[in-house]
Amino acid sequence: MSPAPVTPSSAFRRMLWEDNPVLVQTLGICSTLAVTNLVKNTLIMCLGLIFTTACSSLVIAVLRDRIPKQVRMMVQVLIIAAFVIVIKILLDAFLPDISRELGPYVGLIITNCIVMGRTEGFAMGNRPLAALADGLGAGVGYSLVLLAIAAVREPLGLGSFFGVPILPTDWTRWNIMVIAPSGFFALATFIWVARLVKGGAPRPGARPA
Amino acid sequence: MDVQAISPLVIFFAAITTNNILLTNFLGMCSFLAISKDMKSSLGLGAAVTFVALCTAPLNWMVYHWLLVPFRLEYLQYIVFILVIAAFVQIVEMMIERLSTPLYLTLGIFLPLITVNCAILGCALFLVIRGYTFLQSVAYGGGCGAGWALAIVALAGIRERMKKRSKVVPELEGPGIALILTGFMAMAFVGFSGIVRIN
Repeated sequence: MSPAPVTPSSAFRRMLWEDNPVLVQTLGICSTLAVTNLVKNTLIMCLGLIFTTACSSLVIAVLRDRIPKQVRMMVQVLIIAAFVIVIKILLDAFLPDISRELGPYVGLIITNCIVMGRTEGFAMGNRPLAALADGLGAGVGYSLVLLAIAAVREPLGLGSFFGVPILPTDWTRWNIMVIAPSGFFALATFIWVARLVKGGAPRPGARPA
Repeated sequence: MDVQAISPLVIFFAAITTNNILLTNFLGMCSFLAISKDMKSSLGLGAAVTFVALCTAPLNWMVYHWLLVPFRLEYLQYIVFILVIAAFVQIVEMMIERLSTPLYLTLGIFLPLITVNCAILGCALFLVIRGYTFLQSVAYGGGCGAGWALAIVALAGIRERMKKRSKVVPELEGPGIALILTGFMAMAFVGFSGIVRIN
């Protein structure tokens, strides 16, 4: 691996903007984009995702020398799945309504490419603390984008924010913002804006693994 | 309406059109965006996903209803579904490698990608949540896979043509424009809604 070990704080900050998993690598949008028509559900999903990436990166970095190379994907998936089950049980116990609304999407955090991407791409070759920071950063960077999308979709589509009505009642709701296509459009717009702000051509190394 | 009374055929077509797993549930996006640049790979991946979804949906149904429910282990479903999918993909990969080299070269390279494809796991989770019967879950699995394949092949066709004829704003190239195109496809698929309803 790279000669100089990455410090936790630089690993965290890099994931927020420079290497933001959604804007730069377009990874892991599957499981959460579907719930971005409500800010509340998005927030819960994002917290779950941050918890999963951070914890699984930490555990895998601790175990990295003991995991046999041939079965490492399987081991990673099992560790990730264990953390997702913890989230599911917590949600069922404390927020049963939201758990029912999110339905299968909580479970789909397991196959969220960001989690696997960070454990495979970073945690397998770095110290535990740096991996924890990297996982946290990836989760937070991802959540910021997704929450921004939800903050556009919910007010325009339902006239509310976090379930509280904020727009006048004679506001014409944009029905398209509630259904699936707007999720794609909103994400594309965010990627566009982010690249404009960053300037220059996208770096070649930033393709999904 | 009672879910179990819906004909499997209806579920199959609904999973392709009104409930397309990619265009309405956003599942399987990662490999969708990365692979749809190229038509040949898209066809291969689409076929592989269809096959795996068609087979793992009933497998997961059996494991869930015959193993997990009797022993009250439903909370383990995530781990068990992932294991079933991973094991199935591994076995298929070994079998194809033995039986047919050309098939291995076209499909085999995509199989490892499928284990972590959210569409396959999502399909298994949906059929449990909606309480499908065995036959319904076979139809749903096949429909999910076929719908996913349809979406990726359509997008690959559009992207290949666009490469030759149109100029895209540099900032939108790659995933950006692919997402916008997918959005338009999703809008077209919204037109199907109301024909059938399965959830």
